[in-house]
Amino acid sequence: MLAASNALLINGAYLLASILFIFGLKGLTHPKTAVRGNLLGALGMLVAVGVTLLDQHIVSFPVMIAGLVIGTGIGAFLAIRVEMTGMPELVALFNGFGGVASVFVAAAWMLSGGDEGFKEGLVRGARDLIGVETAGAQIALMQGAIAATASALIGGVTLLGSLVAYGKLAGLKWVPEGEFIPAQKILNAALVLLGLFLCYQSVINPDNGLFFLGIVLVSCILGVTLVTPIGGADMPVVIALLNSYSGLAAAATGFVISNNVLIIAGSLVGASGLILTSIMCKAMNRSLANVMFATMGASSSTASADDVYEGKIKSTSGDEVAMLLETSRRVVIIPGYGMAVSQAQHAVRDLANLLESKFGANVDFAIHPVAGRMPGHMNVLLAEANIPYDKLREMDDINPEMDQVDVAGVIGANDVVNPVARTDPNSPIAGMPIIDVDKARTVIVIKRSLSPGYAGIPNPLFAADNTLMFFGDGKKAFQEMIEALKEA
Amino acid sequence: MDAIITLLTIFVLAIFIGFEIITKIPPTLHTPLMSGSNAISGVTLIGAVVAAGSDVPVLPQALGFLAVLFATINVVGGFLVTNRMLSMFKRKG
Repeated sequence: MLAASNALLINGAYLLASILFIFGLKGLTHPKTAVRGNLLGALGMLVAVGVTLLDQHIVSFPVMIAGLVIGTGIGAFLAIRVEMTGMPELVALFNGFGGVASVFVAAAWMLSGGDEGFKEGLVRGARDLIGVETAGAQIALMQGAIAATASALIGGVTLLGSLVAYGKLAGLKWVPEGEFIPAQKILNAALVLLGLFLCYQSVINPDNGLFFLGIVLVSCILGVTLVTPIGGADMPVVIALLNSYSGLAAAATGFVISNNVLIIAGSLVGASGLILTSIMCKAMNRSLANVMFATMGASSSTASADDVYEGKIKSTSGDEVAMLLETSRRVVIIPGYGMAVSQAQHAVRDLANLLESKFGANVDFAIHPVAGRMPGHMNVLLAEANIPYDKLREMDDINPEMDQVDVAGVIGANDVVNPVARTDPNSPIAGMPIIDVDKARTVIVIKRSLSPGYAGIPNPLFAADNTLMFFGDGKKAFQEMIEALKEA
Repeated sequence: MDAIITLLTIFVLAIFIGFEIITKIPPTLHTPLMSGSNAISGVTLIGAVVAAGSDVPVLPQALGFLAVLFATINVVGGFLVTNRMLSMFKRKG
């Protein structure tokens, strides 16, 4: 009787937690309700974890409390310390931690070796938690083993994939610059097959921990070989995909211990990651398979840099741009990863404020979905600089207005404003939606050099009649413009 | 077998809810969405707590501890950093 009411209480709490997660995500549909939404999600987590701890056969373990306390300390430290420009790295790192936690839970289940008592205890615990009599321990064990191997496989890929992504984003030197070689695809396919084979073996021989260790090892290697060859500008896709994996790993863990809230939360996150992945792929007009397994290179038909640029580049200075800006009514700034690299967001904000307050211009920001190193990267940086979110315009929203824009300022972006995407069907970026800056009356491109972007192709925008190149560091360039405008 | 079907049903329905809600989230909030949903995926913490809490030998116990540790970092760090980001998004004025 006591156990039954206990199960009811626990399941009620898990249901509440699931509802809180769903309302939490719903809150994120608008910036006004987003803070509250996040708090609702955290509250859901508190309810779910709290009730699990209160469950009597769990609460008495100092080991676990130690883990909670130390983990809270480290998590809070990382969250408070991180710079907004370091956000993609931190998200990648947290992703990896989620993956490794799934691996450890699955391992605790599998590696209990011949200790049947432990497994039966877990099954019994799970049964108490969900309050349902499963059709015998044997099936429950089988289900647990299948889910545990899946959990380890996804978790391992998530862990190492995220760590490699972290290394690439943080610019760590020891992370190998991989290349796509034909053998690599064969290697990946072989690793996947080997992983699945080990899963099968592990399920039919649940007492042999070696098969399980093999799964963990193979999935970790697979995480490295999958992510290593993917280049910097494709990182938004990779991060979104790993995010979805960490959700699926959580859902798989839910199947291990027959826990509804894990399954619900895990599938919400899995869906979120998949949607972001698909948005990123669409914004590059590439398939997921193309991002994951193909190299992005200049095709033979593309014009060489000399042909495009020779004799047509007009470079400019802070004073000249300031004179142009003084008389501009409508200004649009298009940020790219370069703005994050030069930490220019505050200088950009100062210029925008100055133009609005002193010269009565209207300044907007046009943000391409794949600008930066993670979905929404530019928005967070500009929000950090106190730029109101209604000034951050989406590509499809602002493109129809680009022909009424007096000055379009491109800072640290390249491929996402390359008109070749519209004109040359043989180009590697053919068909990719771009921000139509070339339609503005004057285009100012702030860039260190004429070097190509990620796609490795020249950008005819730089040589266009209405384009002026402002060579230099993004932050310094904006400061020069601000100085010149203040004197005006 | 019924239990597995029930779990699968929940799994599939939750994915549908996820698609419905998340397609409505504006691109400007995609980074907080990632960090926030990542914190939610740290719900594996519950699994970790169950594993660490069972009356078991040392090795699984130790693995359970590590699982709790990493999952907690994920949850606490994720929600905190999302909150930090979201509180920066302001309207004009």
